[in-house]
Amino acid sequence: MSSFFDSRFVSFFKGFLVTGKQPAKPKVTIQYPEEKRPKPERFHGRHVLNRYEDGMEKCIGCELCAGVCPAKCIYVRGADNPPDAPVSPGERYGFVYEINFLRCIHCDMCVEACPTEAITESKLFEWSFTNRDDAIYTKAELVVDDSGSPQQLPWEDWKPGDDANTSAWVRATSPSGRGDLEGKVLWSGELGYGVRPPQAGQSDPEAADVTADFDISVREVEAAELRGVGVSTVRPVRRAEGPR
Amino acid sequence: MLAAVAAASYNGDPVFAKGITLGVWIIELVKLVAVFAIIMVGVLFMVMYERKAVAYLGNRWGPNRAGPKGWLQSLADGLKLFFKEALVPEGADRWVYRAAPVIAMVPVMVSFSVIPIGDTVTVAGYTTRLQLADPPWGILVMLMASSISVYGVMLAGWASGSKYPLIGAVRASAQMISYEAALGLTVATVVVLTGSLHTSAIVAAQHGGVLYHWNVFRAYGLPAAIFFVAITAEMTRPPFDLVEAEEELAGGYNMEYSSIGFALFYLAEYAALVTNSAFFVTLFLGGPDGPYWHTIGPLWFVIKVLAVLYVYVWIRATLPRLRYDQLMDLGWKKLIPASLAMLLIVAAGHISWRWGLAALSGSLFAFILLSRAIEVGRTQVEEGAQAELESP
Repeated sequence: MSSFFDSRFVSFFKGFLVTGKQPAKPKVTIQYPEEKRPKPERFHGRHVLNRYEDGMEKCIGCELCAGVCPAKCIYVRGADNPPDAPVSPGERYGFVYEINFLRCIHCDMCVEACPTEAITESKLFEWSFTNRDDAIYTKAELVVDDSGSPQQLPWEDWKPGDDANTSAWVRATSPSGRGDLEGKVLWSGELGYGVRPPQAGQSDPEAADVTADFDISVREVEAAELRGVGVSTVRPVRRAEGPR
Repeated sequence: MLAAVAAASYNGDPVFAKGITLGVWIIELVKLVAVFAIIMVGVLFMVMYERKAVAYLGNRWGPNRAGPKGWLQSLADGLKLFFKEALVPEGADRWVYRAAPVIAMVPVMVSFSVIPIGDTVTVAGYTTRLQLADPPWGILVMLMASSISVYGVMLAGWASGSKYPLIGAVRASAQMISYEAALGLTVATVVVLTGSLHTSAIVAAQHGGVLYHWNVFRAYGLPAAIFFVAITAEMTRPPFDLVEAEEELAGGYNMEYSSIGFALFYLAEYAALVTNSAFFVTLFLGGPDGPYWHTIGPLWFVIKVLAVLYVYVWIRATLPRLRYDQLMDLGWKKLIPASLAMLLIVAAGHISWRWGLAALSGSLFAFILLSRAIEVGRTQVEEGAQAELESP
């Protein structure tokens, strides 16, 4: 009898049962504009130019980002800092900084190349411009405002969380995979954020989650709860309550 | 039996009994417009129904933006198509290219006219059937329509002056012609049961009783299944949609069409779907006759057609496309012999059960012979191919 139920004739109708059950199940569709998936921590969105805690720009006009850019969308010109009113702490600063977002492929190589963590990427991807001038972001639009958060331009659709953790701090975990750098602060202080606590490396995943003191993404919270790691005991400092 | 005898002495629409007056003209005109509207609304509904149902069967929501719950989506798609530019390719045969969509569309429209949606109604002294036409050749209109719609597809593929539409059209015509034989034989089975070609008589013969009067049971089930598979193949619906296999043909016979031409093909496809489902209901599921509450005829008809349409969508959501040799195998080696045998069995069983048993045993014997013949033929071909491979 079992051979009958495994026969091709019966299997043919079993297939209909598989699809026939689907309408009763919850839908997988996300209703996009109203409902959105949480974005990954290291999402590649619109760029920002960061500043130090004292308001100085981090960019030193070295043009490494422009050199490494595979889409050739970055144009940088450095200039000597005026001695009476320096823009950046070093000798030179980014005099012109332009990104053409009609060409940018958001590969994040500029962020990796930057020696001072000046250029990083936010999580914003929902923005559209109606002319080519708006597509070319100049320094005036890319530099963070006085509170350290990215400027929100009229044609950009910022959502809560898009501007969280935009700095290089969240991107670098133990650079080059070297274990001796784990637990050491490897990034400079930032306007609006101060000096970030060290992020643990990848050798101890449990420690990585509990020592990191930042907005833990939904996925990481779930993963930590699954493993039974006390996320609730070390509650991350929300940005709104942080040093502004 | 009594119903069959009554059907045999049956004469068309009673509205013509008193001669053709102005009132008859008006009634026929109203029915004509109504049938046209039913097809158009049916197509708009069906496109949406299919997209919604196939989405739900695939764990999705389907279109839900245009209009309330997305139900105006197909109207929006149609409007968009009609405002597009109608291109004619340079290598196309211009007149045939323009005529092909119409040739595909018209027979489907015509064939819906013989479908009985309900019983008779009386309006202002005129008693008429709820069907546009009730000619003595009735059900043959359906076979005519499915045969002629091959021309629309074939001419479209040929007139496009491009190779992929031509390959699609050749596939389509071969497929449609192959399945037409099985289709005709199953229709003949129903005609044998009823004793009349009038569609209204076919429906009237299935009236009354609880379910077992329906032809799907009176013909022992199999012809209904064969008819269903055959019209699925005839309409080139999944899983028989090799005609528009995107991976191989980039769209099939209507690839070069844009705007109104494409819209008409699309319309014809879905109108055929609705019409053929209605024919399935008419021939096998008792038409407007319900299993109970016989008075609400047209409502039963709509419910049944919707159920049949859902099965089509279900099949589309479930089954993968057949290979071409499997398609031809199913048509020629399985459906045609099976429908022929069922015609014999049903016809003999209609006379007496002894004859029916004799036809059944004869069919089984023929089935064994046929499968043996197919097997011998296949092994010979395989051995020949093997020998060819081994020979240096």
